[in-house]
Amino acid sequence: MSYIQARNLSVGYEGEAVGEQINFTVDPGDYLCIVGENGSGKSTLMKTILNLQKPLGGEIIIGDGLKKNEIGYLPQQTPVQKDFPASVEEIVLSGCQARCGLRPFYNKEDKALAQENMEKLGIDFLKKRCYRDLSGGQQQRVLLARALCATRKILLLDEPVSGLDPKVTAEMYELIRNLNKEGITIIMISHDISAALTYANRILHIGENIFFGTKEEYLNSNVGRAFVISHEKEGEDHVG
Amino acid sequence: MLDKLALYLSKPFVQNALIVGVLIALCASLLGVTLVLKRFSFIGDGLSHVAFGAMAVAMVIGLTNDMLLILPVTVVCAILLLRTGQNTKIKGDAAVAMISVGALAFGYLLMNIFPTSGNISGDVCSTLFGSTAILTLSKTEVWICIALSLLVVVFFIFFYNKIFAVTFDENFARAVGTRAGTYNFLIALVIAVIIVLAMKLVGSLLISALVIFPALSAMRLFRSFKKVTVFSGILSVVCSVAGILISILAETPVGSTIVAVDVVVFGICWLIGLITTGGNK
Repeated sequence: MSYIQARNLSVGYEGEAVGEQINFTVDPGDYLCIVGENGSGKSTLMKTILNLQKPLGGEIIIGDGLKKNEIGYLPQQTPVQKDFPASVEEIVLSGCQARCGLRPFYNKEDKALAQENMEKLGIDFLKKRCYRDLSGGQQQRVLLARALCATRKILLLDEPVSGLDPKVTAEMYELIRNLNKEGITIIMISHDISAALTYANRILHIGENIFFGTKEEYLNSNVGRAFVISHEKEGEDHVG
Repeated sequence: MLDKLALYLSKPFVQNALIVGVLIALCASLLGVTLVLKRFSFIGDGLSHVAFGAMAVAMVIGLTNDMLLILPVTVVCAILLLRTGQNTKIKGDAAVAMISVGALAFGYLLMNIFPTSGNISGDVCSTLFGSTAILTLSKTEVWICIALSLLVVVFFIFFYNKIFAVTFDENFARAVGTRAGTYNFLIALVIAVIIVLAMKLVGSLLISALVIFPALSAMRLFRSFKKVTVFSGILSVVCSVAGILISILAETPVGSTIVAVDVVVFGICWLIGLITTGGNK
């Protein structure tokens, strides 16, 4: 059985659908990339998967031993966070909220888990530093460490490399690939179709045409070919 | 001068004022950090005007214990205001401004149409800018204030980690199963209680100062949420004690003196912050 299964899903807000008839499944170990034009409802879909908003139609079935609060989430940065006075340690630890339930304080295990994840992502030496003084790449690692405190199974990443320079972007992708190899299922929203095709094993394309399938199937589909070509052009335009 | 101070400090009414002043300042500053970071700095202002409006209504209909009306009305408005963050038909700041001036206007209107005493402008002025009310507290009022403040502090300590999570990243907190809605509701409830209490101290126009200045001052100097919270609590208490003492000695109005001290301290913290970070932040 799959971790996540979407059936005839419609997503949107205030009754207006931005994406309809979306069907896909996420199995343990998958690396799924969600691609599509701006405004096609990628972030809305992710919020719906996370149960932050209700689907307008259809359903999402969570299964295979995955609990609703076991989904780690790397959101896009909010303006509030840009000047938020919090140390790296405090933020990573807040990922343990899910384990706490009603328990008001963090225990030794929570702290050990936070420490472990900071070491894993190489931000241990920053733990007393203030979040807002870090570089963009370091901030993303902090949020990723926090997400790992919340889950051992599945991570949802919303544009994890937006605003990062090419070198840091590549490091971030490597990091995510390694997490995937360790057995953590990845769902990633990306603008970056070439990265999606490099790293993901499955592609969900949403927009006017909806496609879900393996990377190879996507490259052979009309939707996929059109999208890839339009983006390659865009890339050339940028270079030119 | 010290003699004068000693004489005053031996009087029960001054002791009461100090106890209440310290507690209110502490409570206001604790939640101030959250409110400033959530971009709700002006909620104190908005809610205190609501409380002013409710007080005017209570006066007109002749309620002896006006708290019975002011507290529930303020709490309801607080919950409505903090909810607007989620459905954004009217943006948070606009909603606060609307309720704020609306309640102020209606309050003043009511007090004028149905005057209950000969000195309306005096009444209005004292509710807006705080009055001698802090110096004429009854034993019961002091005890109510102590009890409510303790509740606020205990609430804050117990839910500190949740408040942090919800303030820093509400979506993440909700995604991993924290009941953000419930905590926002509780924060609204507590902030309303604090504001109603603080009206006695500084009056409804100056309450925002108690909420935001200590938090902003602490943020100039510290870089972790815990330190900012603790330090803003300490600053707020020190400022309010200093303000009350100065106002006794210099015979100035209590509320505005406390706020003036807060402003000066903010200036000092800002300078220190500027020097220590080399002007980077």
